[in-house]
Amino acid sequence: MNRRATTLFAALSAAVAALFVADLATGSVNIAAGDVWAALTGGACDTTTRDIILKIRLVKAVMAVMAGAALSIAGLQMQTLFRNPLAGPYVLGISSGASLGVAIFLLGAPLAGIAGSSLVRTLGTAGAAWLGSAAVLSLIMAVSRRIKDIMVILILGMMLGSAVTAVVEILQYLGTEAALKSFVVWTMGSLGDITPQQLGVIAPVLAAGFALAVAAVKPLNMLLLGENYARTMGLDTSHARRTVFLSTVLLAGTVTAFCGPIGFVGLAVPHVARMIFSTADHRTLTLASALTGAAMLLVCDIVSKMLALPVNTVTALFGIPVVVLVVVRNRNMF
Amino acid sequence: MIEFRNLTLAYGDRRLLDGVSAVIPAGEVTALVGRNGTGKSTLLRAVAGTDSRTVTAGQILIDGRDASRLAPMQRARTVAVVTTDKCRVANLRVEDAVALGRSPYTNWIGRMQRDDRDTVRSSLETVGMESFAAKSMDSLSDGEAQRVMIARALAQQTPAILLDEPTAFLDMPGRYELCSLLRRLARDEGKCIFFSTHELDIALSLCDRTAIIDTPALHVAPSAEIARSGLVERLFRSDSVSFDPATLGIRFKK
Repeated sequence: MNRRATTLFAALSAAVAALFVADLATGSVNIAAGDVWAALTGGACDTTTRDIILKIRLVKAVMAVMAGAALSIAGLQMQTLFRNPLAGPYVLGISSGASLGVAIFLLGAPLAGIAGSSLVRTLGTAGAAWLGSAAVLSLIMAVSRRIKDIMVILILGMMLGSAVTAVVEILQYLGTEAALKSFVVWTMGSLGDITPQQLGVIAPVLAAGFALAVAAVKPLNMLLLGENYARTMGLDTSHARRTVFLSTVLLAGTVTAFCGPIGFVGLAVPHVARMIFSTADHRTLTLASALTGAAMLLVCDIVSKMLALPVNTVTALFGIPVVVLVVVRNRNMF
Repeated sequence: MIEFRNLTLAYGDRRLLDGVSAVIPAGEVTALVGRNGTGKSTLLRAVAGTDSRTVTAGQILIDGRDASRLAPMQRARTVAVVTTDKCRVANLRVEDAVALGRSPYTNWIGRMQRDDRDTVRSSLETVGMESFAAKSMDSLSDGEAQRVMIARALAQQTPAILLDEPTAFLDMPGRYELCSLLRRLARDEGKCIFFSTHELDIALSLCDRTAIIDTPALHVAPSAEIARSGLVERLFRSDSVSFDPATLGIRFKK
């Protein structure tokens, strides 16, 4: 790695740290930066402040960092695998799979009269979303074992997504008003409903996803020239595809399960990372996307807290201009 | 050296080659010609090992080793391939694209050692692209991008290099330059070079040997012999054009 990249990484890490503290200081209750520091380090400050920082804001900020990094890496992987600048973490139907799971859980289960069953209750919204996205992804993976052309997989993912959306709409139409509201709230995305216990589940799963992403660095670099070239350079492309798919479902699937679908982060951030580091090398881009994604989601969280908007709205407002810029400026991405 | 032993190649239920035995020697450039749909690309893919399902009988040996039995990494050290696939990726530096050719030799994360970097540099010098090392692939012309892909194939350090339709997107001087580069690689580095083309004049006048698909047979012989053999006239005949062995060109029938 050259000196320029090292400097950029240092600057980016500093920005993430600063935004992290700023995110802790932002909220409906004004807390000075000094008190934030005191609460974090166990210094002198009152217990209410400490509780707000440690029990609410810290969990949320940690989730923002992890979710931003996870979605961005998943997006980077999908863009290279499909050689398509408009691919994102949700291109394989992960978000539609998750919404199917949640729709069945929130809207369908009461209809079928099994809302009270203990199995359904313990499964929870997150579990339903995770199962939904894993189910859609396994289907895509099973198909991709037989089909060599990656573009066909992309189209199948989109079609499956539309089919799932149709089913979700039927459930919405039939669902009760209260159930419908909780479903719509889930689709808006939120970083705030995470408990420290949930964080204990999310962190190791995401860590596994990150580890697979690191293992996929060399295969993804080879795939920059397309699957044909990658194969002639010794890559087992179906194995590489499986690694990347699994990494994506662990990263994007988990974030979506717990925070709802957060759009545009995974789509826009890899492009920003490529622009900042002007490289296509995944050894640099994986870490660069993770840091840029963490920074972006922290900014979005701060803005969403200040304006009291759902985080999904803010990520869209930040992400769309980036995507438009990329499409207009760089037509030969791959 | 690439050797076909009783090779039978089929695409679905279409038999493309039947019991073919032939040798594509090292240190020479051999062009593969044939009408559309006779299986030029299928044969190249079978040799490259990227799609061996079409081989229904017989063997393909590269330097004495059965191509279908090679593990992916061994295969990548035995045969390199240059296609016309899109390779002008934004933000991918020429040097890094060539460095990908070192993939069969580098570790799990693709770390480049000093001799890997030396190989990349000398490969770029061989194709005359060393001054482009730091440029981005998307700033290159078709011909330049192809040279970089050839350098990448050289960095793979394989005894055999296959090229699928390398003359397709090149203008006239570009095609001649490409052929002289390929001849240099064959002579100086002893590579076995085998490429498919639609340009009969390039195959017959610039290549050492021509392999011509006469379904379901494959004839491989020195180009001058193929030109005189009458095969080209017979295979490339149509109602409106004919092959002229004197000029090695196609002309309209009067």
